[in-house]
Amino acid sequence: MPEQLTGAQALIRSLEYEGVEVVFGMPGGAILKAYDPILESPIRHVLARHEQGAGHMASGYAHATGRVGVAIVTSGPAATNLLTALQDAYMDSVPMVAITGQVATTSIGNDAFQEAHTWGMSMPATKHNSLITSAEEIPDAVREAFHLASTGRKGPVLIDVPKDVLVDTMTWHRPGEINLPGYKPAVKGHPRQVKAAVDLIEQSERPVLYVGGGVVAASAGDELKEFAELINVPMVTTLMARGVFPDSHPLNLGMPGMHGNYTATIAMQRSDLLITIGARFDDRITGDLKHFATGAKVIHVDIDPAEISKNRFADVPIVGDAKTVLGQLIMETERRDARPDRDAWLATLHDWQTTYPLEYDQDPKGPIQQQYVIEELHRLTGGDATIVAGVGQHQMWASQFWGFEEPRRWINSGGLGTMGYAIPAAVGAKVGTPDEVVFAIDGDGCFQMTGTELITASVENIPIKVALLNNASLGMVKQWQTLFYDGRLSQTELSPTVPNFALFAEACGAVGIRVDQPDQVASALEQALAINDRPVLIEFICDPEAMVFPMVPAGGSNDDIALSREDFMSREDLT
Amino acid sequence: MKHVIAVLVENKPGVLARVSTMFARRGFNIHSLTVGPTEDPGMSRMTVVVDGPEMEQIVKQLYKLVHTVKVTEFEPGTAIEREIMLVRVNASPKLRGEILDAARVCDAKAVDVGVTTITFEVTGPPDRLADFLQLMSTYGVTSLAKSGRIALARDQKTAKSQSKSA
Repeated sequence: MPEQLTGAQALIRSLEYEGVEVVFGMPGGAILKAYDPILESPIRHVLARHEQGAGHMASGYAHATGRVGVAIVTSGPAATNLLTALQDAYMDSVPMVAITGQVATTSIGNDAFQEAHTWGMSMPATKHNSLITSAEEIPDAVREAFHLASTGRKGPVLIDVPKDVLVDTMTWHRPGEINLPGYKPAVKGHPRQVKAAVDLIEQSERPVLYVGGGVVAASAGDELKEFAELINVPMVTTLMARGVFPDSHPLNLGMPGMHGNYTATIAMQRSDLLITIGARFDDRITGDLKHFATGAKVIHVDIDPAEISKNRFADVPIVGDAKTVLGQLIMETERRDARPDRDAWLATLHDWQTTYPLEYDQDPKGPIQQQYVIEELHRLTGGDATIVAGVGQHQMWASQFWGFEEPRRWINSGGLGTMGYAIPAAVGAKVGTPDEVVFAIDGDGCFQMTGTELITASVENIPIKVALLNNASLGMVKQWQTLFYDGRLSQTELSPTVPNFALFAEACGAVGIRVDQPDQVASALEQALAINDRPVLIEFICDPEAMVFPMVPAGGSNDDIALSREDFMSREDLT
Repeated sequence: MKHVIAVLVENKPGVLARVSTMFARRGFNIHSLTVGPTEDPGMSRMTVVVDGPEMEQIVKQLYKLVHTVKVTEFEPGTAIEREIMLVRVNASPKLRGEILDAARVCDAKAVDVGVTTITFEVTGPPDRLADFLQLMSTYGVTSLAKSGRIALARDQKTAKSQSKSA
């Protein structure tokens, strides 16, 4: 006897069928029906305090685990609240499935209560989306959504489900074969291009591996290490790729770009060959494209053909999965004997590293330098923590000063630059990897956007830790106003006393600690690391004048990299 | 320079919105866009005429849409291209004969005749429509409706055999 299910039951069963262990969401009118079968389902539901939070939790979960993150919310305002998280995931190629409630099919277009054109609004913010019109479609639609989210260039997929579709009954059936005649992501690189790439690598004198988030997405860290060591070529890891190659490895130059270190940024500028893997020549990497790495040829490996030659012409384009193509490149290199001598190039780079290190001064009398907090945390954890950042100065310092050794231990909003990402994303990451220490490094501006998700963390027993670097300002914007607007600070100074973040944390059911002296930093961090039954927030009262350097002014050439505030001010061409 | 591309898409609800949203989102200019059924009821064919130098990106971004099955960019002269136009022209009884004569030469069909106007239907390659419109502008065009372009690749075998016999 075929089993009759409601659309709501079919939806939850379809999620179970995909192996979903947790969903992040918030119920409401249109999605109400789907919340009833959740009571019987083995799927855990984490109740967010805001739909944007639910979306970033799904994203943090996906980053930390490599699995598809799932958010489920209602129609109208819930769907519009979710949009930011969708666009964020789209920009950073995060595998996510979002399920939104919708008003009944008979009401669509009538401006019904909590109606929004979710499908239309989310179209440019998702890899794909669909509006379900009958309960029978649900198993196939869910299968298709997970397939699209987790293959090819990963990304968010949205399913909009009207209320009556959830109420209707259907005959349960397992999803059929995926039928998407227009969707065939390439996996293997073209052998001729692989040969051409290895030819270029053999001929080049100053090659640089330019590695992006695509290598993390492809779980190709091992292949990357093997390849880099085989060809003995230095590597830069973009903001999205931090950790995919150990920072302690002598070939790793660290992060390039607008706030990248001198050696990584200038190595690309002076290079004669950029071996690009899963990166996309973002403006934060290249600066002014006309002056970017003008002497370099480009090998570009990407799973998305549209990224190749979008911003920078690729001499050797290779469309394929980073893991597979790296395997092909290794085989082709091993087949040949040529191992060009890179010693001179590597020696030059190591000289630069010694001459132009990342620097800051911690005066023992204070104020606390943000970089010092990050380095102390690294020392006390031995680096064994997952770091989740928001967007701004604290994010750049975390990327610069944390030594990353493993992939999926660094989670942040790169492409969209979504302030407020850290707290909900940390919640998602901790749910996905409960045995890891998950430490959000956040700013006071970011925290005030989504800090209420600390309530979710407390109530749902998700013991994240938060290092709140409070400089009482929207620090990155203030930095720009200081440098480019003659210090005319417009709307970038926040209150140094309100809110009292430690008290706020306590009110949310977390432990709140407040520190304003450098000599208290280590003990506060030790205290936080010892608490594992509740979330902990440490508010560090930090230097409000601290700035992120090095810095390439927006739209400027990477050759104009300024190493410090003094260096910046001494060069009139930059100000 | 205008480029003509044929986009074979799955015939799914909203596929036109997906394509036009992508063009808007990426800042590509559409000169004209037509969409209609094909020999396969599961597929629709769009013919898009686009301006601008970003052809490679346009084709790649079209392919990125999940419901896009095939994108063909036509090299000049390799496709049969057609448009249809309805054009209403001032035609006082005194000039009517002269206008109809001119229309006959241009293969334009009078489809509506009023007291002071004649409406013509013209079908053909885009330049023929442009020529006729220019000719009629001397009399005064009062209304104009124009379809977007449709195109199909020329059959390679026919093209070859034609060039042999020529």
